[in-house]
Amino acid sequence: MNRRTALKHAIAATALSLCAASGPSSAAELSGPVNYVIPFGPGGESDISARFQQPFFKKMFDQDMVISYQPGGGGAVGWASLNGLEADGQTIMGINLPHIVIQPAQKEVGYTTEGINAFHFFHYTPDAIVVQADSPYMTLADLVADATENPGQVTLSGSGKATANHLAQIKFDKLAGVKTTYVPFKGTGAAVTALLGGQVKGAWGYTTVGAAQGEAVRMLAVAMQERHPLFPDVPTFIELGYDMVGGAYRGIALPDSAADDVVTMWSDMISQINADEEFRQQMLDNGFAMLDVDAAGMDAFMAERTEEYLSDAREAGLIE
Amino acid sequence: MEAGSFLAALTPLNLLLALAGVAAGTLIGSIPGLTATMAVAVLVPITFTMEPASALILLGAIYTGAIYGGAYAAILLNTPGTPSAIATTFDGYPMAQRGDGDLAVALACFASVTGGLVGALALLFLAPPLSRVALAFGPVEYFWLAIFGLSLIAALSSGALWKGLAGGAFGLILSSVGVAEVSADIRLTFGSQTMIGGFGVVGALIGLYCVPVLIDLVAVPERHLKIADEIDTMPIGRAARLVLGSKVNVLRSSVIGTLVGILPGAGGSVAGLVAYSEAKRNAGPEQRFGQGEPDGIIATESANNATVGGGFIPTLVLGIPGTPPDAVILGALLVQGVRTGPALFESGGGSIAYTFIYGLLIATVLMLPVGLLIGRYAYRSIVTIPKAMLVPGVAFMTVIGTFAIHNSVSDVTLMILLGVFGWVVGRFGFSASPIVLGLILGPIAEQGFVQGWIIGSAMEDLPGMFFGRPLSLAIIAFTLMSLCWPMVAARRQARATP
Repeated sequence: MNRRTALKHAIAATALSLCAASGPSSAAELSGPVNYVIPFGPGGESDISARFQQPFFKKMFDQDMVISYQPGGGGAVGWASLNGLEADGQTIMGINLPHIVIQPAQKEVGYTTEGINAFHFFHYTPDAIVVQADSPYMTLADLVADATENPGQVTLSGSGKATANHLAQIKFDKLAGVKTTYVPFKGTGAAVTALLGGQVKGAWGYTTVGAAQGEAVRMLAVAMQERHPLFPDVPTFIELGYDMVGGAYRGIALPDSAADDVVTMWSDMISQINADEEFRQQMLDNGFAMLDVDAAGMDAFMAERTEEYLSDAREAGLIE
Repeated sequence: MEAGSFLAALTPLNLLLALAGVAAGTLIGSIPGLTATMAVAVLVPITFTMEPASALILLGAIYTGAIYGGAYAAILLNTPGTPSAIATTFDGYPMAQRGDGDLAVALACFASVTGGLVGALALLFLAPPLSRVALAFGPVEYFWLAIFGLSLIAALSSGALWKGLAGGAFGLILSSVGVAEVSADIRLTFGSQTMIGGFGVVGALIGLYCVPVLIDLVAVPERHLKIADEIDTMPIGRAARLVLGSKVNVLRSSVIGTLVGILPGAGGSVAGLVAYSEAKRNAGPEQRFGQGEPDGIIATESANNATVGGGFIPTLVLGIPGTPPDAVILGALLVQGVRTGPALFESGGGSIAYTFIYGLLIATVLMLPVGLLIGRYAYRSIVTIPKAMLVPGVAFMTVIGTFAIHNSVSDVTLMILLGVFGWVVGRFGFSASPIVLGLILGPIAEQGFVQGWIIGSAMEDLPGMFFGRPLSLAIIAFTLMSLCWPMVAARRQARATP
């Protein structure tokens, strides 16, 4: 067989096998590696929590989970493209609350809250104000004092517009009666880089930032009912006189045209990973807080959250 | 820097991983549409069962091989295999067209290895101090860096200057389609769901570079590339002599590549562009940049491979990914429970980092024989394949490559549309590079500008924000220099020739 024929054979074989690989899958079964799209830049909580899920997924379901990024617009770029993706169950996308409730309520962003086919919310991260270790702000009171004296000049980075960070910044400004400036970045990773580089005076982040950066940062307060077990020295907003409890919830969604059995399959798979002791411990050790909302409980959960966030956002002046 | 780490890098397993990684990376990077990021992302799960150092060595080797492999398609098909190889098309393809494609591939190999070594050595000796550079770059610096990059497009346009600028402007418009960077506003989608994701860089790259080449291949009866008399031996000696004779170029380009690699979000394409422009600016009057000048390939290929080592600096020291493949590798490290940060470099935890760096150095050295070998076969196959097989083969791979990014047919449609458009405007003298570079740099410029504006207005010092920071001023100075240089050079030449 000369080279030409061999090459023709090789091309034909490749084409055939590719066709076979992309053929329709039988009822609710994974037909190959899955694509897990994160609508933010790398290094943030959405990325890190997905990375933690990756090896458990491989162990439990014997398939590779390939993580890719589609950042921009505080997540909007990814969510706007979600329902245009293949609905065969091989592609999933990370979703975040309150982002997916507030962004569409504010303006045309290319997707709607109802159009997001969420099937699981598996953790949340409480809000926290973080500053550099060598920042002049030793306590929250210092930051408030600076903001009162110099309205608008305290710059705080965050993971994007209409994200949990943004909502927290607006809420806190109202509670403290000050005016700070929110600078949106492409995800927590970029926001923390800006903080470490001194581009901004502080950052609205989460407890996970404190866990990840350790000695390089100082958390001034956390938005929880009680102090976080990992950070016993960091006061809660409530202790300091600000009635603020909240954070970002993270979950996963499929394109809205995905079949019901595909949705159930994925919901069960993620629930299984979420129930694993080792996985839970790893998440907790990194500053996350666990949550178990699966497809069955999704409608009720989303209804509750939507009402809560829309009223928060209205109060905050983010939407009419 | 203990001897123990060095020996650990030399274990048979790690050597095998370095070798296999470089070979696999080179092959993957050579296919337009399959980027280094994809190569690393797909192979990360394999590393979960490995030791952290071995996993890093494999991923690093794949990464550096892919950045080198991108040169093949750039030289032989005028299509960058990865965005890092965009600037390699400037002189690579002209060299291939006149029959020196094998020399170009060999040059790319030597340059990539040298650049990769410089970057890895910087990582080895200067990581902690150099990581401060990554932090010093704020939104405003990125804005000016993007403007600098756009000014280079203008300065490098070998045809009419206005055509390059128009191309760059068109690229900027393309980059604004879809959801806006910071504000999340929807722009220029005309209500279409297809357009919401905007124009992806890789799809545009394939479309604008490769489709016109394919169309021309079909339209013209001659062979694709001139075959040199002997294609069985690579002109290794000649390539080595050229590289040795260009020491200043190699070193300067590698340093540029390392520094650009340190800046998160900049990437190999920017590095290649800056290095190329500097090489052109410093070249003697007999230079033929843009028409097949070996120094052009030497500059771009050393710069883009230097970004590999450079990119690991902020990744390992700060936990901030220097380039997209670094983000994937960082994730793989996180899963292994490896904490990044200065602690990674101290003794104890230091052994992983140093074993990896030594492994990267070894992989880069191994890339020389591996790269030359693969390069020879790549050259032979592209040059001897009859067009009847080459065109469908390449077309097939470009469609698969574009589709594989987001599993989206609309990506493929946009790619083909852009490709036909690129072919049409190509007939009028507009080249693809300014458009693609505008597409890449647009979001960087916009994000930097908007964020800088927000911070500057908050501090009530906008002029100081944009024009008062030392790093920004340095970049602005380079920008002005690159814009004025063509005029200065032309005037000098006019004076020299009576």
